[in-house]
Amino acid sequence: MTSEVTPPDDTRWGPDARGRYGNFGGQYVPETLMASVTRLADTYRAIRNDRPFWEEFRESLNRYVGRPSPLYHANRLSDRIGGAQLYLKREDLNHTGAHKINNTMGQTLLARRMGKRRVIAETGAGQHGVATATAAARFGLDCVVYMGAEDVRRQKLNVLRMELLGAEVVAVDAGQKTLKDAINAAMRDWMATSDHTHYVIGSVMGPHPYPQMVRDFQTVIGLEARQQVIEQTGRLPNEVVACVGGGSNAAGLFFAFLDDADVKLFGVEAAGEKLAPGRHAATLSVGRPGILHGMHTYVLQDEDGQTSPVHSVSAGLDYPGVGPEHAHWKELGRVSYVSEDDQAALEAFTTLNETEGIIPALEPAHAVAHAMKRAKAMHADDSIVLNLSGRGDKDVVEAGRLLGRIATMGDSLDA
Amino acid sequence: MPTHRLETTLPRTTAEPNGVLLPYLTAGFPDAGVTEGLIRKADELGVACIELGIPFSDSIADGPVIQNSFHSVLESGWRLDDTFALAARIRSSVQCGLAAMVSFSLVHRVGLERFMDRASASGFDGIILPDVPVEESSATKQAADRADLCYIGLVAPTTSAERRETIARGSTGFVYQMAVAGTTGERTDLPRNLAAEVNVLRALSGLPVCVGFGISTAQHVRDVCGIADGAIVGSAIVRRIADGVRHGLAGEALIESVSAFIAELMSGARPRLR
Repeated sequence: MTSEVTPPDDTRWGPDARGRYGNFGGQYVPETLMASVTRLADTYRAIRNDRPFWEEFRESLNRYVGRPSPLYHANRLSDRIGGAQLYLKREDLNHTGAHKINNTMGQTLLARRMGKRRVIAETGAGQHGVATATAAARFGLDCVVYMGAEDVRRQKLNVLRMELLGAEVVAVDAGQKTLKDAINAAMRDWMATSDHTHYVIGSVMGPHPYPQMVRDFQTVIGLEARQQVIEQTGRLPNEVVACVGGGSNAAGLFFAFLDDADVKLFGVEAAGEKLAPGRHAATLSVGRPGILHGMHTYVLQDEDGQTSPVHSVSAGLDYPGVGPEHAHWKELGRVSYVSEDDQAALEAFTTLNETEGIIPALEPAHAVAHAMKRAKAMHADDSIVLNLSGRGDKDVVEAGRLLGRIATMGDSLDA
Repeated sequence: MPTHRLETTLPRTTAEPNGVLLPYLTAGFPDAGVTEGLIRKADELGVACIELGIPFSDSIADGPVIQNSFHSVLESGWRLDDTFALAARIRSSVQCGLAAMVSFSLVHRVGLERFMDRASASGFDGIILPDVPVEESSATKQAADRADLCYIGLVAPTTSAERRETIARGSTGFVYQMAVAGTTGERTDLPRNLAAEVNVLRALSGLPVCVGFGISTAQHVRDVCGIADGAIVGSAIVRRIADGVRHGLAGEALIESVSAFIAELMSGARPRLR
């Protein structure tokens, strides 16, 4: 539907030639990886203007992923709130159930273009792992997914999906045994294998060019949504809201609205149980600039610089860093970063189930919670575009348990 | 720059390669007493320099053996101050050099100048920042210079000739040549073109070139010391410590067991100059 297939010009917003967004970003990786990230950055710089590549990408998104995804006017939810009109960008309707597939299709096409025969990925809840395994199967590449041992235990269904898709799932038994440890393990694999392996990072994070590349592949969300909301309402929305873990669904949505100065942008982080150390994942809200996973960005760490434990009801927001471009947008004041806690996300989850017949993933339930609060104080002819970045199939057991619908977490359900 | 300890303990590059040993230890693994004891023993054995790894929760530059040691130390409540205190305790009584290997995450948090000053005041002679590429190194190098710390650059087999030159010229103390692509860990064979790479680096930097990553036996040490100025052994030593702990060794018994391995490695290297 959008006519231009190559990524929008980003000279105003970054990155610069060194992969910096203002003070943030860069490439803080061991010398053993510098040749690989430099080659990737050079390749990507050339591909960014390579029309046939982006035509193939868009074709894959349309024919295989099922794009464009609808922009849906949630009128019963809007009536229930009694304020602004909420429009849901339905990334939950994509193949594999989330926005993650946009990025993995792009990076897998890129891997194939670079002549790599193997892709690796990290995954937390398993959504990015499933999306990578899917794209690898679709394009005939070998696939290994690193996943924290704790997440392997909690997300058996997604482990099985990846295995059915032909991927090897490696349980990472180090550190907190969760997402950040899976990233460490994947980077180490890549250091030894980059001659034939491409590392498919799942969010707008890591060393340059990953934040730019992943944002570009996800920008299709924002380009579609911007055009759709204008078609449906005749004008731009007042506000745009998305959840932020690493920040890829938000970056993809926000990027298309950055130059629309009147459109307010909100990134919603996970406040977890409460904003106390170890109990949340609200990196931009309470963290500070530091270095993690190859980038200079906001991080949650102690006074020595050791990464802090994080918590959220949603595994996809449970990350102690954030994409460097978000850190830049925060410092510029272009995007407001707020947080919603586990309880608010669960309430929004239930409300959306009951008013619209949509079971969202717990990650975008945080965005729904915040959009509902904002909508209440707005006029009925105002509008908010909200990214429903994934569907909640993966979360129904956990949500059911937390909502008291399932008395005990039985092993049969857990599996 | 005044005459530095690393200039007196490492070989001069005008001579034929006749390498020394640089063992790596994780600070505080399994406890401060064992690290301290091992440094003293290694010093008595004539090693040229100890590389002391400062534990970090999310190191991407290290392999699983060293990373696990980091996690174990951090779980015991080890703080950055404990590493500095350990260095300060042993400094006056050992002759070998002491280089800190540390993730930039920790240095950035403490502040570049403050970190380098504290490292220098604790008795470190040099610093290795494996996740600061040369393009980003001007501020860290400046802070190290000001604190009179050698700034030890790393070169990988995949490093281009142009970068190799920049890294070599920006280094002080010695240059760290990684023998294999990848993270720290133990490999079985040394790469064939290593001698040529070392020679190029020696010529470019005018500094001793020490080879690390993947060296795990006395024979490896002997091979490397025949072509380079020093052999760095990390994971193989840390693995010995972890194995000892698993078998119930602690304190003096653990120090004895691991220093016997360091003595074995020393059989492939010559003692430091003074």
